[in-house]
Amino acid sequence: MEAVSLRADGRSKRRLRANALATGAAVGAAVLAIGLLVVLVGSVLVKAFGALSWNLFTKGPAVFGETGGGIAPAFVGSIMLVAIATAIALPVGVMVALYVSEFAPKRIGDQIKLWLDVLNGVPSIVVGLFVFALVVSAHVPVLGIGHHQSAWAGGFALAVIMLPLVARTAMEVLVLVPDNLREASYALGVSKWRTVLSVVLPTAIGGIVTGTTLAIARAAGETAPLLFVCSIFGQVVSTDPSQPVASIPVVIFEYSESPDHNLNAQAWAAAFVLITFVLVTSLLARIALERQRRKLSGGG
Amino acid sequence: VVKTLALTEGGWKAQPVEAASATTPPLGRTRRRYDRIGDRALLAITGFAALIAVLLIVAIAWKLIEGAWPAINEFGLAFVWHDVWNPVTNVFGAKSFIIGTLVTSFGALLLAAPLSIAIALCLSELAPPSIRGPVGALISMLAAVPSVVVGLWGIFVLGPFMRTTIEPFLQSILGWTPFFTGTPQQAGVLIAIVVLAMMMIPITSSICQELFVSVPKDVKEASIGLGATRWETVRGVIVPYVKGGVVAAVTLGLGRALGEAIAVTQVIGNSLQPFHFSLLSTGNTLASQLASNYQSAPTNIEVSSLVYLGVILLVITFVTNLTAQVIVHRFDRQRLGGR
Repeated sequence: MEAVSLRADGRSKRRLRANALATGAAVGAAVLAIGLLVVLVGSVLVKAFGALSWNLFTKGPAVFGETGGGIAPAFVGSIMLVAIATAIALPVGVMVALYVSEFAPKRIGDQIKLWLDVLNGVPSIVVGLFVFALVVSAHVPVLGIGHHQSAWAGGFALAVIMLPLVARTAMEVLVLVPDNLREASYALGVSKWRTVLSVVLPTAIGGIVTGTTLAIARAAGETAPLLFVCSIFGQVVSTDPSQPVASIPVVIFEYSESPDHNLNAQAWAAAFVLITFVLVTSLLARIALERQRRKLSGGG
Repeated sequence: VVKTLALTEGGWKAQPVEAASATTPPLGRTRRRYDRIGDRALLAITGFAALIAVLLIVAIAWKLIEGAWPAINEFGLAFVWHDVWNPVTNVFGAKSFIIGTLVTSFGALLLAAPLSIAIALCLSELAPPSIRGPVGALISMLAAVPSVVVGLWGIFVLGPFMRTTIEPFLQSILGWTPFFTGTPQQAGVLIAIVVLAMMMIPITSSICQELFVSVPKDVKEASIGLGATRWETVRGVIVPYVKGGVVAAVTLGLGRALGEAIAVTQVIGNSLQPFHFSLLSTGNTLASQLASNYQSAPTNIEVSSLVYLGVILLVITFVTNLTAQVIVHRFDRQRLGGR
């Protein structure tokens, strides 16, 4: 009786070895990349730890040569900028999405989607240049803007960044609103605009809000569009939108290149606050968006 | 007045059908008029918003070209292949920034593309579902880390580590090539490449993972059933099935890298020297030159030249992103047609 060897040899051995090699390489590469990314977040946590204090949130920058101080003006400024941006991008974005999902023929809708994607791909520094040319270097005698940097201009630049994000997520959710809801409304004799405003929009509102939250998380961390339009600011808390205001990303950018170790530490602390805000909001928004999507597709 | 009369005169049951609409109660009539106005108003408002969104692209291109016009007039197309950036003599050229942009972005692409595909394959083919969810979420979270924070990390953590460990090591192996000459510094092209690759990986790998998951199970099972190993299935079935999509994903990542300004400015050193062969030396890109000069452009011609750089950057990213879109569309159609 001859024993059959279950050990792979020859060609199959080579194939199995190639398989093991490829698997190992893939796992190794994945671990390396994930490791790098974990190190990134980890070092922000470690480096920020020493500099986090209550003063950071309540005080302005210290007088030159002194330690301490904080970045309160940047917190206030960032909130203002994001609020202005949201006030512009949310209504326009939802309108665009409504047009594409409720009115536009498919061909035009596809075109609009394509151009929104192209807008999303415009480098944010170019958006900054655009707003600089449009608002800052031009004379616009409305709201005290024009000829100088302002929070209005900064908010508008962030709105250009947010618009494609808001519009695309809103479209995705509006498409999921079941057609039988619309048809039920028409069957009751309700006109199209009332159907859109009182049936379609309320059904999709959860998804639109979460999409906007994701866009806010992105806008809150954008530095490049602000450099040209809202980056020369004073040391105190300012709430006048016709004047430039400080913002967290711009402060991190400036402090990171400063030779002063105290400011470097504050940059890490500000990065910690920013990263926490961005990660927590986008995580919550993603969970909510997923739930909303499942609910809508389940209902249809 | 006439309308009211018409209503009181007609016993409206006896009216012929065509006339009936004229005699419906006023409430219905005004409501229908409101509805007509409302429908049109909503169409007009939303259509106007869509028009604004599309025109925004045109406006961006127009305002940039307008701002760059003095420089375009002064230097013409020769700006693109001119090497000098000298604010003292007011002579400007974009060549070294264009090369810098291409070198850093394609360098990052070479690093990030294989890593992203490996991560995506790991998560879609190898990892058990219990790991897949959390790790996938972690990676997509990292796409949300602001670039200024990545740059901060690049300055204080990655830069010193590259200077003391990685770059001497590379030099000891590859020091004979022109790419690794010179003294390792805390800022430089190679560090910018690594930073950009880290920013590309989350984007590219999450799209690739979606693509690999979308490959139908029966195709994979057929391959396994024929006795192929997992690697052979990946190479012979899964990757060819989504090839177009992978190319598009990588191109989208490239678009992000080409336009990245802040993180690159923080780590590349922003030199105004003509672009150097060595990856260890400092350099500059279109976007980083813009970001590092935001407060310090005194003359009109220098501002205009900076905007000219923006125009070139816009053209490059526009072509890249449009290419990605076209690939995606063709890929979608092909796959729908093939099924």
